[in-house]
Amino acid sequence: MDDDGARGRDTGALIAWMRRLAATIRTHEAELTALDAAIGDGDHGANLARGFNKVEQKLDAEMPATPAALLRLVGMTLIGSVGGAAGPLYGTFFLEAGKAAGSAAELDEAGLVRCLAAGLAGVKARGKAEPGDKTMVDALTPAIEALGSRGGLAEAGRAARAGAQATAPLIARKGRASYLGERAIGHVDPGAMSSVLLIESLAEAG
Amino acid sequence: MKKLINGAENVVAEALAGMAAAHRDLIRVHFEPNYIVRADAPVRGKVGLVSGGGSGHEPMHGGFVGRGMLDAACPGAIFTSPTPDQMSEATKAVNGGAGVLLIVKNYTGDIMNFEMAAELAKEDGIEVRQVVIDDDVAVKDSLYTAGRRGVGATVLAEKICGGAAEEGADLERVAALCRAVNGAARSMGLALSACTVPQAGKPSFELADDEMEFGIGIHGEPGRKRMKLEKADHVAEMLMEPILADLPFRRGDEVLLFVNGMGATPLIELYIVYRAAQAIAEKHGLAVSRRLVGPFMTSLEMAGVSITLLRLDDAMRKAWDAPVVTPAMRWGA
Repeated sequence: MDDDGARGRDTGALIAWMRRLAATIRTHEAELTALDAAIGDGDHGANLARGFNKVEQKLDAEMPATPAALLRLVGMTLIGSVGGAAGPLYGTFFLEAGKAAGSAAELDEAGLVRCLAAGLAGVKARGKAEPGDKTMVDALTPAIEALGSRGGLAEAGRAARAGAQATAPLIARKGRASYLGERAIGHVDPGAMSSVLLIESLAEAG
Repeated sequence: MKKLINGAENVVAEALAGMAAAHRDLIRVHFEPNYIVRADAPVRGKVGLVSGGGSGHEPMHGGFVGRGMLDAACPGAIFTSPTPDQMSEATKAVNGGAGVLLIVKNYTGDIMNFEMAAELAKEDGIEVRQVVIDDDVAVKDSLYTAGRRGVGATVLAEKICGGAAEEGADLERVAALCRAVNGAARSMGLALSACTVPQAGKPSFELADDEMEFGIGIHGEPGRKRMKLEKADHVAEMLMEPILADLPFRRGDEVLLFVNGMGATPLIELYIVYRAAQAIAEKHGLAVSRRLVGPFMTSLEMAGVSITLLRLDDAMRKAWDAPVVTPAMRWGA
């Protein structure tokens, strides 16, 4: 039964998501790095791990009062610690999601979809990327569509993973992988894969 | 992995501490956020020059901080763009009231982080201009890529803009000069071996003993194609041909020829390539009037070489010849 998106998420639930995501990224650091080494420069895992470790430290030190404050804190922390392209992109994702959260004390399913969609729109604007460019947009777009059509978080996770896998046959149009031309074919985009972890950890955090 | 480090986590911080100690007469290093400024920053009334990028390209950019070149450099993690707070703090630290030029290499991460930094600097009321360097002819189809990478021309632009700023050029003139250098410079590189990012622990790609990677960037990313290793003279031809054709450089042009080592290739080999590249340039009818040979923009311990050709005009030549006093480049003073 996929009722995991049905109830509201308060700040505590979103913090649980962030802690879960931090742990998941540490677990998959080597996998992300290997994907990036194939078509980028091999630092995606290390950079995201550094950023989310910092997020955990911030959350140990302070307790944001609202979902908006939490999402903004995560965004600012990532922007100030990740660097590369992933820092501004993931940072923008959480900053824009936070703006969309407004003053709500908790996010119901529609609110969650609204925030994630705002985050995705921010990523597309910052990175000037569209679906099919072989980027994180290719995982986030189907995931948020699945969630928006009341598919539930587990389905969103599956859609994200399928979207990421579907980046393998593509030629990259953004980022360093784009320099490779056809040599990027056959490799899953590392940013799409870390976006899968973002969605899956949301499902796992419940 | 065989490296002289204490721990992969501490490479950048410890190297910065070493630079600060070794060049205390020229630079100061600020930690958290990390940036390097010239010892006498801010210089009142002078346009500030700030650049930055991932670490692992030393001496770029930190080694170019000092009189006649950069006012500040922001080092990121290895091969990773620095963050906006580094750049905006560095911008504040070097703002002498005449505005600040940000020299940005065209990489997705650098562009986005510098964009955010420029937004922050404007909020602080500092007049900021950004110029993006994208001189790498190895990247062909700009419509379907992130665009040409910023490589060797960055070094030349930083020196030339630094010389002009030191002599009192205003922000618009320095920015225009930077765009002119980028517009008149083209580069191409190749690798004989890959490099190892300390945190990754293994080489970013594998090359057999008899192979080379053509059209590489500066981050250990693979290039456009892999091919059999050729003799130095032939390699120089393979690099010079697309450079000459792209601008295009024409008979009678006065040029600066820059042969850059990627880190592990010794100077003796760079001079062999230089010799061949100059002969090719002269055969093409170019007048090589300025030269630079050495490892100025490296890729950790990658073996390889890149060539940059810049068509000089009077303003560029004058600013190139102006005195410079930095850890990695020093003349005329």
